[in-house]
Amino acid sequence: MRNKRIAFLGAFLALALICSYVESLIPFYFGIPGVKLGLANIVVVIMLYTAGAKEAVCISTLRILLSGFLFGNMFSILYSLAGGLLSFFVMYAVKRTKKFGIIPISVCGGISHNIGQLSVAVLVVENYRIYSYLPVLLFAGILTGFLIGVAAQEVIFRIHKTM
Amino acid sequence: MKKRFGKRDFILIAVLLAAAFVIWLLISRTKFAKGASAVVTVDGDVYGTYPLSQNQEIPIMKDEKRTNILVIKNGKADITEADCPDRLCVHQKPISMTNETIVCLPNKVVVSIEGSTESGIDSIAK
Repeated sequence: MRNKRIAFLGAFLALALICSYVESLIPFYFGIPGVKLGLANIVVVIMLYTAGAKEAVCISTLRILLSGFLFGNMFSILYSLAGGLLSFFVMYAVKRTKKFGIIPISVCGGISHNIGQLSVAVLVVENYRIYSYLPVLLFAGILTGFLIGVAAQEVIFRIHKTM
Repeated sequence: MKKRFGKRDFILIAVLLAAAFVIWLLISRTKFAKGASAVVTVDGDVYGTYPLSQNQEIPIMKDEKRTNILVIKNGKADITEADCPDRLCVHQKPISMTNETIVCLPNKVVVSIEGSTESGIDSIAK
């Protein structure tokens, strides 16, 4: 049983890494610097529903570290970690209320991801003025979170059907 | 796990959209004024203040290395060159309104627009 679990988590991590890789190859450019689709978050949302919270946060953190070393740099790891962890804890908290579906949870994750990254950016450049990007990033987070939520929901329903 | 998108889901997203819209309104209220000067900060310290009325090219140096070039032309500030790989700051549009910013995260360079004409005098005094 334990081995099966480890194999599953490894497959999820590989899937998340591939999502990061695909995204680094095809920039889903929305016209605003720093706005990305965040494909790897599909895996985090799916894991939150199928594998559990602890597993999801583990794989998310490992994915950020590995993809940072492979395709990014120290800075991108810092930004991704802030966004990834904040968005995970917000999604987990919203899911715990058991009042909302997958799509709004993913939307909350998208927004908090951008808030986390912007906060780190403010600390790094030591200039609070870049908070004027906040509205754009909020809208972008809602849009990308919605798209990721729709995709993750379809996968989760199909996984539940086959299991 | 039957309903795909319920009423509550719709309300939550609508509330979030409304909140984003309100924040956008609040921030854009301070934004739609024509700026007078471009302020460059590096590592959070003011590097220089340059009037927008004057066409000029300012190399931004850090540790005796040129990191970015700021060009002021026709009342707009734009970063035209950067030594970082992603060059996101170069892709950003020229700015001229107060509180607009161009950010170069790898070099920690921020260009922002200020409205007061006093800062223009400061740069002349320097």
